[in-house]
This record gives sequence, C-alpha cells and structure tokens, in this order.
Amino acid sequence: MRDTRAHSRKPGLRLWLSGGWITILVLAALLAPWISPHDPLAQDLFAGRMPPFWQAGADPNYWLGTDSLGRDVLSRILHGARLALTVALIAGVLTCLIGAILGLIAGYYGGWADLVISRLVDIWMAFPPVLFAILLIAVLGTGMTSIIIAIVVIDWTRFARVIRAEAMSQSKMDYVASAQVVGRSRFGTALTEILPNVLPTIVALLTLEMGIAVIVEAILSFVNLSISTDAPTWGGMIAEGRTSVHQAWWVLVFPLVALFFTVLSFSQLGEGLKDHFDPVLR
Amino acid sequence: MSFLSIQDLTVRLRGKTPILRRVSIDVAAGEVRALVGESGAGKSMIGKSVLGTLPQALGITGGRIILDGEDLEQLSPRARRQRIGAKVALIPQDPLTALNPSRRVGPQITNRLVDILGWSRKAAEARALELLNEVHIPDPARVMRAYPHELSGGMRQRILIASAFAAEPKLIIADEPTTALDVTVQKQILRLIAEMQQRHGTALLFVTHDLGVVSKVCQTMSVLYSGMVVEDTKVRDFFASPGHPYSAALLVATPKYTDPDGSLTPVPEAVIRAVEEEVAAFDRRQEGAA
Amino acid sequence: MSDVIYDVKDLRLSFPDMSRKPILGPAPRIEILKGLTFQIPKGEVLGIVGGSGSGKSTLGRALIRLIEPDSGQIDFEGTDITHMGEEDLRPLRRRFQMIFQDPLSSLNPRRRVGGIIAGPLRLQGLEGIDARVKEALDMVGLPRAFASRYPHELSGGQRQRVGIARAIALRPDFILADEIVSGLDVSSQAQVLNLLEDLVRELGLTLAFISHDLSVIRRLCSRILVLYQGEIVENAATADLFATPTAPYTQELLSAIPLPDPDQVWV
Repeated sequence: MRDTRAHSRKPGLRLWLSGGWITILVLAALLAPWISPHDPLAQDLFAGRMPPFWQAGADPNYWLGTDSLGRDVLSRILHGARLALTVALIAGVLTCLIGAILGLIAGYYGGWADLVISRLVDIWMAFPPVLFAILLIAVLGTGMTSIIIAIVVIDWTRFARVIRAEAMSQSKMDYVASAQVVGRSRFGTALTEILPNVLPTIVALLTLEMGIAVIVEAILSFVNLSISTDAPTWGGMIAEGRTSVHQAWWVLVFPLVALFFTVLSFSQLGEGLKDHFDPVLR
Repeated sequence: MSFLSIQDLTVRLRGKTPILRRVSIDVAAGEVRALVGESGAGKSMIGKSVLGTLPQALGITGGRIILDGEDLEQLSPRARRQRIGAKVALIPQDPLTALNPSRRVGPQITNRLVDILGWSRKAAEARALELLNEVHIPDPARVMRAYPHELSGGMRQRILIASAFAAEPKLIIADEPTTALDVTVQKQILRLIAEMQQRHGTALLFVTHDLGVVSKVCQTMSVLYSGMVVEDTKVRDFFASPGHPYSAALLVATPKYTDPDGSLTPVPEAVIRAVEEEVAAFDRRQEGAA
Repeated sequence: MSDVIYDVKDLRLSFPDMSRKPILGPAPRIEILKGLTFQIPKGEVLGIVGGSGSGKSTLGRALIRLIEPDSGQIDFEGTDITHMGEEDLRPLRRRFQMIFQDPLSSLNPRRRVGGIIAGPLRLQGLEGIDARVKEALDMVGLPRAFASRYPHELSGGQRQRVGIARAIALRPDFILADEIVSGLDVSSQAQVLNLLEDLVRELGLTLAFISHDLSVIRRLCSRILVLYQGEIVENAATADLFATPTAPYTQELLSAIPLPDPDQVWV
C-alpha cells in the first residue's frame, strides 16, 4: 500500500491549476495600477457598451469591452481583484484564527468550555447570515473594514464547528493519552499533539473561507453595501451588468467568470494542499 | 472436479508491484480450505479477487478464476456479478461495520434474496427466520426488528453467518470471521460455522492468520507469503510435518498455552531471508519470461 | 511496604451511560470496576486477563491515573494517587509508563521516531537526551537511523518497539502494557514478548501485562489476574492457574483457546 501514498503525494493537476490561477490573480492585483490598460474609473460615454475584442464593432483598446458608462471591463476586473483578495486574505485569516482557537478549546478541553462555545455557535448559526451581514454593515457603515468584520463575525462558527469535531476525535487517540502519561500539560498537549494533526483541516478550511469571503464581498457589493459605488468591485460589476445583460452580456459575464474561477481555485487549492502536506496515509 | 479453481492468479498494484504471484488454489464442492499467512501475505486479496471487490488500485493481470466451470474473467461485469451473487457469499471480518447501523436487521438479511435472487418478500422473511433459528438466535422475530447496535458482537456475527447461508451459496468466503471476537465467543462462532457448513455442504474458503483456528475447522490449507503459495497441503499432514521451512517456523511461533515455558519462538531471520529470496527468484523468472 | 509497588483496595469505577441519559438530569452510570483489591509486588510481571467488557483496560488506565476512580484506593509506592490532581501527578508520571495497544494511534503520526522518544525526556527536564534516545533504540533492537523516520514508515513490530523505547527511555519503575501484541503477526509477537522479557530482567521493571489471550502470557507473567465483568474471579501464580484453574470463567477461557493441533478435543 506504500505506493498509494507516494501517488497521492504528487501535487497533481488541480493543485497546479488552482495555484496557478490564484498566483495570476495575486500578480494582477498587485500590479493592477501598472498593467491596467485604462483607469478603472475613467468614463467615456462615447465608448459605452463596446463589445470584447473578437466581436464586430470592437475597439482593440478595450479587450473585454466597456460598460454602459464606457469604463474598461478588464481594468475594472483587475482592480476589483485587489479588493477581493485583500478581503479574502484578512477576513480568511482572522476567521480562521478565532474559529480554530475556539474550536480547539471546545473540542480538546471539553466540559464547561465546550458547553459555552458550542451553545454560542448554535445560537450564532440560527441567525440568517446574509441578513446578519447587511444589518452589521448598516450599523458599522460601509467600507472594507466593515466587510471584513462582517465576514469574521458570521463565519467563525464554521471553523469552530469543524475544528471542534476534529480536535475531539484526535483527543481520543492514544498518542494524546501517551502525552498525558509522560506528564505533558493540557495546553502543551493541545499545542504539540492536537494542533499539528488538525492543521491540514485548518488549511483546507482557510482556503475555503477565502473563497467564501470573495463571494460575501461580491454579494455585499451586489446589494450596494460594499465600498463606494464607484469603486471597481466584482459584485458591483455583476450588479451593474445584470441591468444591461441583453445589450452588453460581457459586463456581467467577465467578472462572474473571474469570481467563479477564484472561488473554485481557493477550494481546490485547500483540498490539494491538505492531501499534499499530510504525511499520513488516509 | 473443483467447484472453484484459481489458476496462476496474478494481482498487481497499479499494474506493477505484484500482490499475488501466480496463485493456484482449488476448492472442491464441500471442501473447507484455509488461506493462512501473516499480514501483507495477500490472503484476503484472493477472496476479494473472486468476489470482484479488490481495492481500486489493484487489478488482476493474469491467470483465471474458474467458478463452477465458468471462467469469471471472460464474463461481462453484469453476468459476473449475477454468478457471484447466486453462488458465492461472504462472512466478513468485522461484524460491527458489516451491518448498516441505520437499518433493521431483518431487511438486511432479506434484501439480498429479494433484490438479487427475485424471491418474494414473504418467502425471504420466512427463510430469514428459519436461518436465525439455525444459528441459535433466541427469539428471531424480535432480532429481525432490532437495530445492529442493540446486539452484541457475537450475535451480529451470527446474523452475518445466517445471511451468508441464506441463498444456499455453493461457496462461502470467510475473511478472518472471528478475529474481532473474544476467544470464548470465537469458539461458539467457529463451531457454528462448522455446523452450518456440514449441514449445507457448502465449500468454505477460510482466510485466517491463526493456525489454531485452522486446525479446528479446515481440511486443506494454502500457506501464503508475500502473495505466493509456499505450501498447499492437507491440514493433518501440515500439523504432522509442515512441508516448507517458512510454514514450519510459523507453526513453531504460534503460542501454545499448554507449553510450560510458553513457547515464544520468533520466525528465525534466516527463514525469512530464505523465503524472501524465493520470492525474489520467482520475480526474476517472471521478468525473464516476459 | 517498600517491596510493593501498587496496593489497590476496593477499587470502583463507573462511566455515565450516555445512550440512556434522560433529557434532564445526569445519565445513569455503568459500573466497570466493581471493587478490586490486589497488590503488585516490586519486580513482578502481572498478567491481567479478560474478555471484552471485563474492565481490564479501564483498570490499567486507572492504575496510571489516566482516569480517576470513583472510590477505593490506589497506593503507588506508598503514595495515595487515587484522586491526585494532574499537577501533583506530573512529577510521579515519570515513574509509571504505558505501552499502548495500537502503536500507530499512540505514536503521533506527524513526529519522527527520535522526537517521539525524546519528547517525554525533554518534558521531564532530563540531560543528555540524544544519548538516551540512542540508548533506548539500542535496547529495543532498532537501528539508530530509525530516529529520523515517521511511524507510518515502520512495520507493526517496529512501531511497537518504538512504543516500548519511549516507555523505557524514562527509566520508570512500573510499565503498563495494554494488549501490546494483539495487533501483531505471530512472528513479531514472539519477538516483542522476548524483548519485553529481556528488558524486565535487565532493568528490574515491574510490569502489568494486559491481554485477552492467555497463551501469550504464560512465559512472561509470574502471576495472573483474571477479570470477568469488572470483578477479579481468579488471582493465582501462573503455574497454578494453568495447572488447576479454579474459577469457572478461567476454565472456560482456557478451553476456548484453539491450540494449533488437530487432535485437541474441543467441546
């Protein structure tokens, strides 16, 4: 069976594809001000609703066409990636930290800690998430910080749940008992024995959460609760494209495709990394 | 004429690493044959090859499996499944996971009869009751309605035995059927398997690592090492004088509580090395031939 | 009393039965150990035998205080450890160690063998850790190069040797071995048992050896405790137990073992 293990350790196509897309996206986001062919905010009402380059009547200056205000779709997508990735990274990591720590405490320490955290999670999850987010933004005001806070506040429960279950099953393993036999403290055991074994799950969840953060940001932009309406966001573009989908499908489709591949890549990246970095046969 | 004849069966991992090396085994109608070996010897893989339940990474790359005169590998997957369903049954190793925990016991016995063999539900239920009686389960009607977790391990293994015999198969493959059980329960289950086997005249392929168990229930045996049959003999002959140094060492290593000094003799390194060399020489011959 | 390592009196232990817990109020408790009394003298190898549900593993884990008993008393070298807190137990832990049944699950899959053996030593603040790890590997007959391997790269017998090395590296007074050969092939079974026998002699260990199989413990153990449903049904010297088992359950247990002999009458 040893060969099975060696085989599954190969990075594999999906890790390359998803990692490749994310890398391109990160580069695009970092370099957006320099590589964008146009100012994402510059309007040119005479060049409104130009189709992408391969269609009749296209302007070769606007590769992916323009929206109804004559703004360059490609440039807006590139700039939109900045916001999407910033939110994904910060919100993802914060959610992960809070959720994983609480989950680890609940799952490993059990008892009162578990009771309190689990009930809190239950209550938390009873709120409809999107409504909750909208309410939060309404209170906090729009802006990137608010979006990030909203995502963290809503989604830490996902981590807490999964990590709690994982930590619980790990804490029943004999190597945890053996750490106790040699006199390791509870906290030491959690850190050196449990954490490394739930890490692959945490990584997988983290990337998944980054994908979700991108979606939530898009949803909030879609309902106009993200940052200023002018700023290029994928959700904002999708919302706008929706209104003119019969006249100019590209305004809707291109940001949608970018969003789709980004979310897909994040989840695939997580699964791929989990398999790749797990030394244990599953 | 053998009921099951396995000829030169070769199974490989991803078409490369051999797991079974030209294994040939015959089981006559009503014969009880043991497949003995240590972990990794490939003894379970033989049963899985017959049943068509090999893990995905493994594939049959050579040899034939002839069941009741038909070469299974020549049949369409559908026809193969149908033949196996009608003629072969399995008693699995772990009674705790072999029954679906969320379904009652009764349907788990009768479904096979109804779905695969086309019995009427009434007939199947009557048969199930009759079988539960046969495996000495008290109050079978109540057990039919019970969920697996309400029953003990020994009870569950009895149910699996009843279920295996339900369709009157000609061959039963028992894969370490008592390894998960207490020794006192093991005794009851082994006696039950022997009793059922005799009553129904079923051939039995008994996979085990325990030579003590072999000596109690089997007539013939094949000893495996690293996917190779190193000895094929009658059980009585084996215990009188094992024919291969490896199987002889295995017999010596098996603890006997009746021995005052406790007989803790490991299989000597030299014996392992010799049998490893035998396997390597076999592989070299195979490569030379290819 | 210095020649007695463990003095156990009327030990009782129960677990809550969550499957029969009422909606409100505490779950009913299942008695696992029903008042056990016995001693383990220094240097003795005690076999603890029983079927599943006999409470043998629970007893073992209570002895090294992985679980806390309900009542009764466990004295370890004169110290009452029955209800001792984890903090107070920590300095004592070095003196009683455990070897687990399933080496794969008791060895952290993400740590190398060297780290697994060194961990407890470091924790107890011992000096010369590298040398101690090497010595422990030598003693259990594993090549020193194995220190850099992961558990899943080893065979079952080798893993169990790592488990033994981890336990003896601390030089404990007492070791609990819980079904440590039941997952092994007969060839490695004998090797591990022989190794344990040698170590007991060389290190002057006191050992409790839990097993469901009477045939593997005859050579190793000087005294055998037979448990049945949480009670001691027989406590006898090994030779006596095999010659004239007195408890009906012991007799049943012995007669149920299939000897590798086709002529054994097995009724």
